[in-house]
Amino acid sequence: MSFLECVRISFRSIKANGLRSILTMLGIIIGVAAVIAMVAIGEGTSSSVASQINGLGSNLLIVAPGQATQGRVSLGAGSLNTLTLADAEAIAQKESVAGVAPSVNGRAQIVWGSNNYSSSLEGTTADFPEVRNVEVAQGRFFTNFEVKQQFNVAVVGTEVVNNLFANLSTSPIGQTVQINRIPFTIIGVLKSQGSSGMTNNDDRILIPITTAMSRLTGGKNVGTIYVSASSSDQMDQAKLDIASTIRAQHNLRPTAADDFRITSQSDILSTAQQVSSSMTALLSGIAAISLIVGGIGVMNIMLVSVTERTREIGIRKAIGAKRSDILRQFLIEAVTLSLIGGVVGILFGVGAALVISKLGGMATSISLSPILYAFLTSSLVGVIFGVYPARKAAQLKPIDALRYE
Amino acid sequence: MKPVIQIESLKKQYQIGDQEIQALRGVSLTIEEGDFVAIMGPSGSGKSSMMNVIGCLDKPTSGEFYLDGFPVSEAHDDELAEIRNQKIGFVFQNFNLLPRTTAVENVELPLLYGGVSAKERRQRAVQALISVGLAERLNNKPNELSGGQQQRVSIARALVNDPVILLADEPTGALDTKTSEEIMGIFQQLNDAGKTVILVTHEPDIAEYAKRIVRFRDGQIIANELVAERRRVLSEEVRR
Repeated sequence: MSFLECVRISFRSIKANGLRSILTMLGIIIGVAAVIAMVAIGEGTSSSVASQINGLGSNLLIVAPGQATQGRVSLGAGSLNTLTLADAEAIAQKESVAGVAPSVNGRAQIVWGSNNYSSSLEGTTADFPEVRNVEVAQGRFFTNFEVKQQFNVAVVGTEVVNNLFANLSTSPIGQTVQINRIPFTIIGVLKSQGSSGMTNNDDRILIPITTAMSRLTGGKNVGTIYVSASSSDQMDQAKLDIASTIRAQHNLRPTAADDFRITSQSDILSTAQQVSSSMTALLSGIAAISLIVGGIGVMNIMLVSVTERTREIGIRKAIGAKRSDILRQFLIEAVTLSLIGGVVGILFGVGAALVISKLGGMATSISLSPILYAFLTSSLVGVIFGVYPARKAAQLKPIDALRYE
Repeated sequence: MKPVIQIESLKKQYQIGDQEIQALRGVSLTIEEGDFVAIMGPSGSGKSSMMNVIGCLDKPTSGEFYLDGFPVSEAHDDELAEIRNQKIGFVFQNFNLLPRTTAVENVELPLLYGGVSAKERRQRAVQALISVGLAERLNNKPNELSGGQQQRVSIARALVNDPVILLADEPTGALDTKTSEEIMGIFQQLNDAGKTVILVTHEPDIAEYAKRIVRFRDGQIIANELVAERRRVLSEEVRR
């Protein structure tokens, strides 16, 4: 009997037991669809995380104060307030460094007319747009002169504009607002960036760092210094230059530990990618388990089918079917079941990934390899879980099978 | 006359639990081409075991069995399958047609395993169904056919490969008297045309359609005699 005829016979038998075949395939369909959707979500998440981290700025290095220890107990990052504007200025002298944006953070109440809004306030310098990859949509960013002279000027994000100037039909540029009861002039609006993780990048107010330190946050220390290296090749050099500069600034003895910490963008990126790749592995592992469960479903149904069709097997054997004919028939049936399930599962999985990215707002990316993998796995599942029932069918003795009621 | 079945001191033992059952205790039988033999005997006499061996569904424990000159007692499972496919046509008591499968597809089945091309299969299956008077029922499924019609389909299936012997196991067991007569008429017609027919039955009046009756008791042949007053179904009756 030819292969094609075997396929025809198994299709007929699948069709003859319609509902049962569909239920059997459902296991495979869900398994394959889950694998594909999970991998798509995992890959989509990791690529969106990567693009968010790249969006932080190009060749970015983040200098943060170190941890204080008290009786050998670490007090946590930022427990030392050691960084100063002078440190930032010293770093800026280095050749490997393209821009330096020291920053202080806080929250502020911003009032315009009868409207008020609370947002995060960040004091920084004129290098901020370059270092942090931020663009000004309307107006302009503050200049070094305005920073030096402690001007009361502010650049705001679109979220602030939408909330505070909701009933203003014209541009907010030039409007005077009160930030913690101090009057500021709006000179620019940032281009919308959307949110990255928990932070909404459009919900912030930027003012000159000098103004922030003297009039709003107080103190002499800066929270973080953002530095952009002059090129990606200069990242390591910049890191060394920053470290030696700050150590010199802080008069640290050679034996003393750093009282600051430098993190590069690529460090964050690789950490995030590790997290998301282990998440992808976890999700697809769970999905693979459901595929195995689906395979067991196929085996279960095939075993039932062999028992139920013992008589049919007897008839076929009596009129001349060889062992191999019966084996092939049932094996092809199992593989056909799981392959149809696999193809339908791929369609469902791709569809689910598309729906999730459309409605759920999650990034998904569909690539060919999980689809091929799912297709191969489902046919393999058919073979593995089909062999036992098929062998059982093939080994039936014709007289026993014919006598079976 | 050429012998199609030569059986020499055939034995068949079964093991059921600790008990050893001697189903056939040294049977010798020769059936010649064109014969019409009825195998009779009460249940437990060994006639079913005999029929399983002749039908190559089961292998004898010892003894010689030649079917159409081929030594069956030494054949492998796959060879037996091929013999069943090429040389034997089975007709069963309960028809044993594949459910949810049309008459013509049921008849095609032996040709499918015989490796005949799809076009020739269809042609020969239709021809066989016409020869048993089912020209109008080609595409009906077994559950849409009467008992007599189903038995005709299974006769057509048995004939389609032009086998050496036609082996019928209680072919009228599930049929009423009139239908039984029609079916026996078909067997007689086929025998008249030269086909060797072996019939297993426990009904004496069915056995009388045969030319010869072989009686079994306790695993042995106790009688092998020609039928004195053979019953004939007139061909006209069959056609009607």
